[in-house]
Amino acid sequence: MILTSGEQRRRKVLGAAGRFLLLAVTSVAAAAVIAIIFFIARDALPFFGIRSAGEFFFAKAWYPGHQPPQFGAAAIFVGSFLVTAAAVVLAVPPGVFAALCMSDILPFGVRQFLKPVIEMLAAVPSVAYGFFALVVLAPVLQESGGRVLAVAWWVLAAPALALLSVVAGDLLVSDRVSETVHRVGRVVFTVLFLGLSTALLVYVGGRLGRLEIASGVNALTASVILGVMALPTIVSVSEDALQAAGRELREGSYALGATRAETLLKVVIPAAISGIFSAVLLGIMRALGETMVVWMASGNAAQVPKPWYNLLQPVRTLTATIAGDMGEADQLSGSAHYHVLFAMGLSLLVFSFACNLAGEWIVTRQRKRLRGG
Amino acid sequence: MKVSLVTVGLVAACAVASAQDKLVLDGSTTVGPIAKAFAEYYMRQNPGVNITVSESGSGNGAKGLLNGTCDIGNLSRHLKDAEAKAMEEKGIKPVAHVVAFDALPVIVHPSNRVKGLTLEQVRDIYTGKVTNWKDVGGSDLPIVVISRDTNSGTYESFRELVLGKDDKIIGSAEYTGSNGGVRQRVQMTRGAIGYAGLGFVDRSVKALEINGVAPCAQSVTAKTYAISRELFMFTNGEPAAGSLTAKFIGLSRTEKGREIIEEIGFVPVAEKK
Repeated sequence: MILTSGEQRRRKVLGAAGRFLLLAVTSVAAAAVIAIIFFIARDALPFFGIRSAGEFFFAKAWYPGHQPPQFGAAAIFVGSFLVTAAAVVLAVPPGVFAALCMSDILPFGVRQFLKPVIEMLAAVPSVAYGFFALVVLAPVLQESGGRVLAVAWWVLAAPALALLSVVAGDLLVSDRVSETVHRVGRVVFTVLFLGLSTALLVYVGGRLGRLEIASGVNALTASVILGVMALPTIVSVSEDALQAAGRELREGSYALGATRAETLLKVVIPAAISGIFSAVLLGIMRALGETMVVWMASGNAAQVPKPWYNLLQPVRTLTATIAGDMGEADQLSGSAHYHVLFAMGLSLLVFSFACNLAGEWIVTRQRKRLRGG
Repeated sequence: MKVSLVTVGLVAACAVASAQDKLVLDGSTTVGPIAKAFAEYYMRQNPGVNITVSESGSGNGAKGLLNGTCDIGNLSRHLKDAEAKAMEEKGIKPVAHVVAFDALPVIVHPSNRVKGLTLEQVRDIYTGKVTNWKDVGGSDLPIVVISRDTNSGTYESFRELVLGKDDKIIGSAEYTGSNGGVRQRVQMTRGAIGYAGLGFVDRSVKALEINGVAPCAQSVTAKTYAISRELFMFTNGEPAAGSLTAKFIGLSRTEKGREIIEEIGFVPVAEKK
């Protein structure tokens, strides 16, 4: 088809206009991110001019309203870290287990029912979670703290350890020995691991059972709730990743004579690991950024617990501090108290950004490796 | 600085202007709610009157009165010497009107054996010098210190009345976002100690005697209860009888005004017969 030069020009202009429009629409999201970073940084950086960065990151005394004020946020950083880390430790194993279960073990019909139910957890407003923590969880922990923890430990750890023992017993014995040795070895190892697991269960359970909890509003309470809140994200995204690993891979593995445990651990999980990793990262973001639940359930005490990993003491997080202190910060004259809250916001933003970049990097590397191998 | 402006009487601009139809209040965030409730009530009763209430802290209430930017300065404390002196130099005669009393009962779990504490002991508990109930006559139980969040006027009152200028609340103290939240935490926690507005204390918690005096309307108005204070509205000179300012402040001594004050959780002053 031959076009007149006028027609050609018209098409060119229209094409360029279309491309520009699409670019503009795409840029809106990117521009929003840049604008957010810009405006937060603009109000955050003056803080380091008024007060020192050393005080902010390393001092533990947080008395912003006192005369003279002290802005040591180290304890608050520790609080955010503790609560987030504990939530991830609590949510990731059951989350990934549940995803595995739904994608490879449970019948399809059950999965079709379970997945939406778990995803419903994400629809509960965070203030409702916070209220639950304050009114149900905290009193129970205070009244019969140690026993509750011991029971929770048994309920969560017993099946996990039993499963691990069986799988480990299965995997550790080489296939290259004779059938009888293989069978005996498997039983011996499984029994050995079960014994070790039971010892661990009883020991930790006993230690937990004797604990006294003075205040039910503490890092653990917040972590448990945050873990539950992160669970739907972790389950849903990991399950998608496991599904995406594909039927062919699994059938190939079974065809080579692999057991289900071998197929799951050596084929499916490695193939889906980058997706599972993204799920965990999203879970971390969810826990780190949550505000209402930690404000209600963490106790908001600006202290480093003694010892630092003691989850049974109240802590204060960055998000709760920003939310709780914004009202009294002198916004008009731009006091140090006002800017320090933005400095905290910037820290959160930088951390999330770093997490995302690291996640992106690992996912790309993994993809390359899978394609190459 | 909290600057929340309440301008309810939008119609005032086109209303018939009387001798004085505009009243500007500024100052304490503790007195603010009273002033706002009064303003709302007064403007409903008298359409055409425009009352503006800002909450920017007691210091700004005094400053506003000094600079003539407000008719009434709300203060939750007495005038400082420097403020009084500056006003005298400018020819302003500050007159204090007590509109209500603010009292903070110290509350503990109902099962707590301790009946009362001295003000000193309360301070020692909040600064972390005393960490176990057995040291103040109770059973062997670690004390769980609960405070209102630093954002609240209740916290400010407590800090001023109990801790003074230099003492700091211990780092392990828990902070809770509302008076109801403090009560909730205290009624559920055996070792807890907390404080809340007088209106929030009920039978689910135990209010301690401070220096041997239980917090109640009588002990507060008699000024025998230690953790209490007067809430002031300051005017420049005694307001003329029948003026808007006089009528507005006078609300605190009427039946309706006292009702409003009780509703907000403060102790009203005696009714004027």
